[in-house]
Amino acid sequence: MNFDLSKEHLMLQEMYRKFTENEVKPLAEEIDEEERFPVETVEKLARYGFLGIPFPKEYGGAGADNLAYAMAVEELSKACGTTGVIVSAHTSLCAAPIYEWGTEEQKQQYLVPLAKGEKLGAFGLTEPNAGTDAAGQQTRAVLEGDHYVLNGSKIFITNASNADVFIIMAMTDKAQGTRGISAFIVEREFPGFSVGKKEKKMGIRGSATCELIMEDCIVPKENLLGKEGQGFKIAMKTLDGGRIGIASQALGLAQGSLDETVKYVKERKQFGRSIAKFQNTQFQLADMDTRTEAARLLVYKAARAKDAKVPYSKEAAMAKLFAAEAAMEVTTKAVQLHGGYGYTREYGVERMMRDAKITEIYEGTSEVQRMVISASLLK
Amino acid sequence: MNISEYKDVLVFIEQRDGVVEKVSKELVSKGREIANTLGCKCKGALLINDINENLDELFHWGLDELYLVKHKSLGEFMTEPYAKAMTHICKEYKPEIVFFGATSIGRDLAPRVSSRMDTGLTADCTSLDVEEETNNLMMTRPAFGGNIMATIICPEHRPQMSTIRPGVMPMINKDESRPSVITEVAVPFTDADANIEILEVVKHTHELIKIEDANVLVSAGRGIGNPSKLELLGELAEKLGGTVSSSRAVVDAGWTDRAQQVGQTGKTVRPDLYFACGISGAIQHLAGMEESEYIVAINKDDTAPIFDSADLSIVGDLNAVIPELIKLLPNK
Amino acid sequence: MNIVVCIKQVPDTNEVKLDPKTGTLIRDGVPSIINPDDKAGLEAALVLKDKFDAKVTVLTMGPPQADKALREALAMGADEAILLTDRKFAGADTWATSMTLASAIRKLDYDLIIAGRQAIDGDTAQVGPQIAEKLGLPQVSYVKELDRDGEHLFITREFEDRAHKIKVKMPCLITTLAELNAPRYMSVEGIMDAYREKEIVTWTRDDIEIDEEALGLKGSPTRVKKSFTKAVKAPGKKYDVDAAQAAQIILDNLKEKYII
Repeated sequence: MNFDLSKEHLMLQEMYRKFTENEVKPLAEEIDEEERFPVETVEKLARYGFLGIPFPKEYGGAGADNLAYAMAVEELSKACGTTGVIVSAHTSLCAAPIYEWGTEEQKQQYLVPLAKGEKLGAFGLTEPNAGTDAAGQQTRAVLEGDHYVLNGSKIFITNASNADVFIIMAMTDKAQGTRGISAFIVEREFPGFSVGKKEKKMGIRGSATCELIMEDCIVPKENLLGKEGQGFKIAMKTLDGGRIGIASQALGLAQGSLDETVKYVKERKQFGRSIAKFQNTQFQLADMDTRTEAARLLVYKAARAKDAKVPYSKEAAMAKLFAAEAAMEVTTKAVQLHGGYGYTREYGVERMMRDAKITEIYEGTSEVQRMVISASLLK
Repeated sequence: MNISEYKDVLVFIEQRDGVVEKVSKELVSKGREIANTLGCKCKGALLINDINENLDELFHWGLDELYLVKHKSLGEFMTEPYAKAMTHICKEYKPEIVFFGATSIGRDLAPRVSSRMDTGLTADCTSLDVEEETNNLMMTRPAFGGNIMATIICPEHRPQMSTIRPGVMPMINKDESRPSVITEVAVPFTDADANIEILEVVKHTHELIKIEDANVLVSAGRGIGNPSKLELLGELAEKLGGTVSSSRAVVDAGWTDRAQQVGQTGKTVRPDLYFACGISGAIQHLAGMEESEYIVAINKDDTAPIFDSADLSIVGDLNAVIPELIKLLPNK
Repeated sequence: MNIVVCIKQVPDTNEVKLDPKTGTLIRDGVPSIINPDDKAGLEAALVLKDKFDAKVTVLTMGPPQADKALREALAMGADEAILLTDRKFAGADTWATSMTLASAIRKLDYDLIIAGRQAIDGDTAQVGPQIAEKLGLPQVSYVKELDRDGEHLFITREFEDRAHKIKVKMPCLITTLAELNAPRYMSVEGIMDAYREKEIVTWTRDDIEIDEEALGLKGSPTRVKKSFTKAVKAPGKKYDVDAAQAAQIILDNLKEKYII
């Protein structure tokens, strides 16, 4: 068993860190405060290949792997949870299903510009009445000649305000239940497609989370992803991959808040000495570090399983469950150790705590992860 | 190589716009001292187009003789004509030791001349001595970002050449009775020597107060947090009658100008008072300021290495301490 | 257009600390980086490549571990990388180093040679000009701005008190300052290519034409007679008090020392 990163992964990590330090960290507070999507960062992410990390070069990708991708989301999220999820949603939820299920034409038309970062991607599954129970899809798609007509709406869609390409789930045969769901590649410019109101959120406030509305939206027949009826399977497999991204985001938030805390406790003085000298501080830090490192092992293991093309659904669920809960715990402790200053917006750890909460909710709540994990035990 | 053929100390007299640079006088003074130790002469080499000042002062500081090369290609500095003239003088008069100021001109020129003479060159020296038994020149310089000092010798090649930091050699033993002896030297220049074309000269008009000349420096490190804090430091500097300098990190961040950088790759300063504000004290920084007369350090991190070099250490937030100090200080 | 960029792998001297007890250098854990002035030179070459489709070759002389610096250069966009490594090169001063590098460069096609002004571990600023001398090329040092028109380069050279706008015909050598530009990051694809697609060409003494006597320590006119760390001065008093008290202490001390 080998826990060492390869030379290329070490060099990637070095590059991610420098990029994050110089390009991401300086904007983190501002985009949270202003709830602003960091367009300028996305351009730079594209330039350096962050938006196509695990895809082959012939499809515009960087030719790296899922571990390299997970490490990128981790490093970005150390400074800014918003930036982490922009990359994660784009890569795992939009580009990946086209790579996995798309035809050669679909890959050329959509995956190439997505992986190059010329276009930004998003994913639409959740509806007002279909959250964890994704099978309750109400968006319908009806084949009319050479195109489908989609009607319905999606909510809580990450990247929606700035995305060009969306993977949309819709019911093509209601009678078939989950087997009646199909997946479509929908362009922002398609007639009848629009982006609705933007959510006001607790955390990841720079990420543009919006509603999608389809009113007689015309989608060419060639934009069906996979076959009719495969949509639910595509969505579930896609979320398996997405969980590695979100787990990495959670891991980054935990590590980032720990790093800030280590710095702070050395500087902060109470009772005539730095609070790092108190055993309570030391014990809290030890627990935070241990939780974070355990999360890292699960996240990297899941990413490596995906790279090895072995089943990784349970590994991804465990990684996300554990990393999300670790992130919540570690960021909460980070705020506590910062005391009153931690509760102010000056030190950034309260932002990380707010950002961390969503990792227990989206792309399958912690409860859903427990269902996935236990199901594999009880089958 | 017959080493015994080489004797005397030769100082490259650097001029800009026909006016001799201060560092050259420092080197003449040092060259005089070394020539006395070795029992030889101290000579200068001035390469110039138009002379705009009286050169007697050079002799007062210790020159026995000045080689003067006057030519139209020796106006604004171009490497090749200068290198050709210096090499010509070195070959013709065979000095044992050659000094250049470690200025941008000296450090551009000296490597070319030493290479052409197939001899060694020691850069950026801060002290010079003669080894007693061998009469070799011992050239000491900071290395490894100022972390260590290294003494370099050039035992089997002549001349022994070095560039020397401006401001480190004291100007001593001025003697106004020394006569001026100027020997004009003809160098066979050709048109091909001008292998670059200077299209335009842009002189820097608004020169800031040179930090190396200031008596008090209030110096900013990364720990100031953001560039707006420089105003606070400026206010303190004004009250103390000094100016603001900074660490490399602050220059790299674009908050201050390169001309304000203290440290191994910046300026060496030795003010009466050096205020290190939010400077952690990387060795490359210490190398540029540790000779300061009195060092006050303010830093939040009580493990900051700057505290090991400071005369007075304040563990605390500079944003709180400095405004308090400004309140207490009398107006200048 | 063929550009050769000479780089050096150096310890990040910002990260070096002295052992306060022994006064010796703590080298463990100090990261190795591409020397900042050299990295600016590489970026300048890559900008010319973006504009004029130049071929960029990076060259370094160093131990086998310098491989990483070359991979980083490839990951930023350099086309080829050459590592000059041989025990016989060890101990070289700037004269012998420039002799070795110049011998390697003679084997390459070049229009422009770029070297960083100086390395942060040695601070000599000599190798660039000495390479130019050995190859008989014009040099322009301290380059702050750079552009090309045909076979000429247009350069702003920065001195302490003035800048020169210079026109120089290639082939030539320039030395660059870190201020010249902000070097690009490595790209993800670049890093993958640097390890999986591209190769580092390794040259030893036998691959270049050079006199044995000009190599390494033997070929170096200068010798390190001794090296030492500066005397550690005893630290002064340290106070950890509130801001008003601290200000008063500073004021009292400055008065006591007759500074104010």
